[in-house]
Amino acid sequence: MNPANYIVLSAVLFSIGAIGVLVRRNAIVVFMCVELMLNAANLAFVAFARMNGNLDGQVVAFFVMVVAAAEVVVGLAIIVQIFRTRRSASIDEPNLLKY
Amino acid sequence: MEQIMPATGAFSLIWVLIALPLAGAAVLLLGGRMTNKWGPYLGVLTVVGSAALGVVMLLQMMGLPAEDRSIQQVAYRWVFADGLSVDMAFRLDQLSMVFVLLITIVGSLIHVYSLGYMEHDPDRRKFFGYLNLFVAAMLLLVLANNYLLLYVGWEGVGLASYLLIGFWQVKPSAAAAAKKAFIINRVGDVGLGLAIMVMFVTFGSVTFADVFGQASAASEGTLTAIGLLLLLAACGKSAQFPLQAWLLDAMEGPTPVSALIHAATMVTAGVYLIVRSNAIFDRAVWAATAVVVVGLITVFMGAIIGSAKDDIKKSLAGSTMSQIGYMITAAGLGPIGYVFAIFHLLTHGVFKAGLFLGAGSVMHGMNDGVNMRRYGALRKVMVITTITFFIGYLAIIGIPPFAGFWSKDEIIHAAFEKGPVIGALLILGAGITGFYMSRMVAMTFFGKARWEDDVHPHESKAVMTIPLIILAIGSTVLGMALLFWGHIEEWLEPVTGIATAPSPLSTAATIGISLAFVIVGASIGWIMYLRREVPITAPRGSLLTRAARRDLYGDDVNEVLVVRPSYWLSRVLVWFDRAWVDGFVNGIAAFVGGFSGRLRRYQSGFARSYALSMVGGAVLVVLALLLVRLS
Amino acid sequence: MSEGINLGETIVFWVCAGLATLGALGLVLSRKAVHSALWMALTMINLAILYVANSAPFLGMVQVIVYTGAVMMLFLFVLMVVGVDASDSLIETIKGQRAAGVLLGLALGVLMVWGIGSALAGVAPAGLERANEIDGGNVQGIARMIFTDYLVAFEATSALLITAAMGAMVLAHRERWAARPTQEQLSKARFLSGEHPGNKPSPGIYARHNAVDTPALLPDGTPSELSVPRPLRARGDVRPVDHADMTEIAEIEEVDAT
Repeated sequence: MNPANYIVLSAVLFSIGAIGVLVRRNAIVVFMCVELMLNAANLAFVAFARMNGNLDGQVVAFFVMVVAAAEVVVGLAIIVQIFRTRRSASIDEPNLLKY
Repeated sequence: MEQIMPATGAFSLIWVLIALPLAGAAVLLLGGRMTNKWGPYLGVLTVVGSAALGVVMLLQMMGLPAEDRSIQQVAYRWVFADGLSVDMAFRLDQLSMVFVLLITIVGSLIHVYSLGYMEHDPDRRKFFGYLNLFVAAMLLLVLANNYLLLYVGWEGVGLASYLLIGFWQVKPSAAAAAKKAFIINRVGDVGLGLAIMVMFVTFGSVTFADVFGQASAASEGTLTAIGLLLLLAACGKSAQFPLQAWLLDAMEGPTPVSALIHAATMVTAGVYLIVRSNAIFDRAVWAATAVVVVGLITVFMGAIIGSAKDDIKKSLAGSTMSQIGYMITAAGLGPIGYVFAIFHLLTHGVFKAGLFLGAGSVMHGMNDGVNMRRYGALRKVMVITTITFFIGYLAIIGIPPFAGFWSKDEIIHAAFEKGPVIGALLILGAGITGFYMSRMVAMTFFGKARWEDDVHPHESKAVMTIPLIILAIGSTVLGMALLFWGHIEEWLEPVTGIATAPSPLSTAATIGISLAFVIVGASIGWIMYLRREVPITAPRGSLLTRAARRDLYGDDVNEVLVVRPSYWLSRVLVWFDRAWVDGFVNGIAAFVGGFSGRLRRYQSGFARSYALSMVGGAVLVVLALLLVRLS
Repeated sequence: MSEGINLGETIVFWVCAGLATLGALGLVLSRKAVHSALWMALTMINLAILYVANSAPFLGMVQVIVYTGAVMMLFLFVLMVVGVDASDSLIETIKGQRAAGVLLGLALGVLMVWGIGSALAGVAPAGLERANEIDGGNVQGIARMIFTDYLVAFEATSALLITAAMGAMVLAHRERWAARPTQEQLSKARFLSGEHPGNKPSPGIYARHNAVDTPALLPDGTPSELSVPRPLRARGDVRPVDHADMTEIAEIEEVDAT
């Protein structure tokens, strides 16, 4: 098997996540899709680390996970807050910041 | 070339001559209301101080041998740029000396006179401040040792003239006259500015010594250009044709201003400029010829206008133009005439100042009325004014032994040496002078009283009549004093050079013919305005009279040739600016605005739309990377 | 070109890759957010396995703990707060968004796969054996790097985590602006509103079932929708009234009456 397959899988997952972000309207689902894209990137890091023969890729993936965890915490708090004021988790609802 | 001596003794105080009135102006103009009470007296004192210093310098200069009388004092280095170095330096020579004396002594008398004339004016302090500023600028003009510093003084007197013509700026006519004088003077100033630039390019220096020293090395074309530009400057400042239109309107200013600035000193700056630049005009025949032509035209324009005006000050202003025309003509004659131009300038400065101050005294007693048709028979109520004015009258028309006779006769004689036509024209001009001055005296002091009802003429106070008396004495003796005791020709010879040529007429014949013309002209004036009653409303008059009343259409010519085209040019430019420049700019703005209006529709507020744009951008970036890599 | 990758790993890759892709598709395609979350958990676990297969056992464990443990729990918790009953409507409100999104997403995927495929076609992996040997293992290696080369970044992430926790608390905290209403005030408000002031009918009265989705029956035998909790009503999970039971009840009541 070609090790590039890991990267290809990463690209596929990333694209699916991107489509999800663009298509879904539930803020929580959109958020999950963002997490999926981050994970796809992590997979690429890990695969590249192996191909290059050093551990930097894995360390970076580790940091991505940490940052993603922080991001999830804050993001979900924001979603909860928006839901409290608008009784809706739709990402199209908060659209006041426009022309 | 005469040698230049360093300043020693009293000459080390040359800068004080200028600094005194300048300090006076600074105190009066910056001091505020505090100085209202004593300010005018300070203003008089500074000028009197300068006059005293000038007299001391004259005495010291007379003690020096003729070739050592050109003194230079360098105050500090003023302009130093690459290739151009100009000092704040003063040059006191025989020519500057006589100017310094004229300016300070006549200036002192007029300052004293103003104490009385402006007694009731609420802005007296400002008036004296401006007068001091004028005296300082005029002294700087005649004491400068280079053209650039002269230019500073030149602009300074222009500024003072503007401020003083518009002194009663509440009157729209005064404000307009001030602007007119300023703008027409700018035309001449451009000539002076360009002349200085040409000098710098040609000679690499703007000091008198360098320019005159190298003048012989320059081509005649360059010298002619410089000469014509200097003539343009002189025309503006001295109200010569074709820049004469401002002087008549300048009479809107207070009468002492008319006497000091617009008769005795500032308007003669053009004559000074030409005589000072004699080294250039001597080598530029065409420029000198142009000077003579301009001078002759102005002699007649001024005389004709002076003959027709009923306003006493405007009539005197026409006379001033005419007399300066004599000086300019003399200056254009070359070494034959320079000395006599200055000689006439000095005598004219004294007797014309006396005439103007006399007119001011008359106006003072006539509730500021200037219409001579409402004067008449004033000799009975204004004895001193009448006598002094009459002496001035005799001096200006050239009756011996009064001052004007000697100087004008010398100019006519010099003109005959140059060419009989010039001389003949000047004699004719002298005849017209006799006519209009006789007319003025007859209408003002003789005949029947035609006063307006509420006017009660009275003699002016001593503070005004004493300067009149002094100037009348000067008008009587100055000509003889300068000629026979002062030897003005020898005095000025080191600066201007002097020459004589065989004349087609003997001296006696010249005197006889010109006196005959003057007496004929004067007689016509007396007969026309004494034998018959002077009508209070002016008769329609001949074509020439009507033209002269309108300043010989000077304003109309300016209107047609300059003002209207300027208006049209402005309109076209405004249209171009609106339609094209603004149109282009506004068009861009409108395009950006409209485009933004459409573009902002894409700011939908939907996060997913923005995410879509991001992904689109990411696709493009990846595509670009791949294309670059694969190509 | 499969040096260093044995058959076992190949099998693991294809199985886990398939499951991960399936999970991703499920995440995007399921209508209900809870289902999306579960599909995502599937993807996460498979990715963890792939990490391990990719000689990153430490990251595999972290993935399980952080993602399938903490992050997914957080998602589900928030879903409970927001309401599990809400399912996305399938009607797209932004014109062309769905078509453009799918098109661009696919274009991105195709371009990346094409680019990676052409770039990495002939590359052999260097393997991490030598890198792991230096410190005696994968975990030790990562630990050394985190605490030496990446120390500043590591400390920064610690600050980030604390800030994130603080931020979440601040955001989720609701400031009470008015005094808490007393029982009396609540009661008055209830009567003033003009709606049903008392308790809503509890489910299961006159019913054969006492399950929460069974509506109470009114005296005339009609079911009262009010007695079923709103989320169940919204989901349409109201148990239909069994009319056979109704007649049986009526017979019992007649017997009691006689």
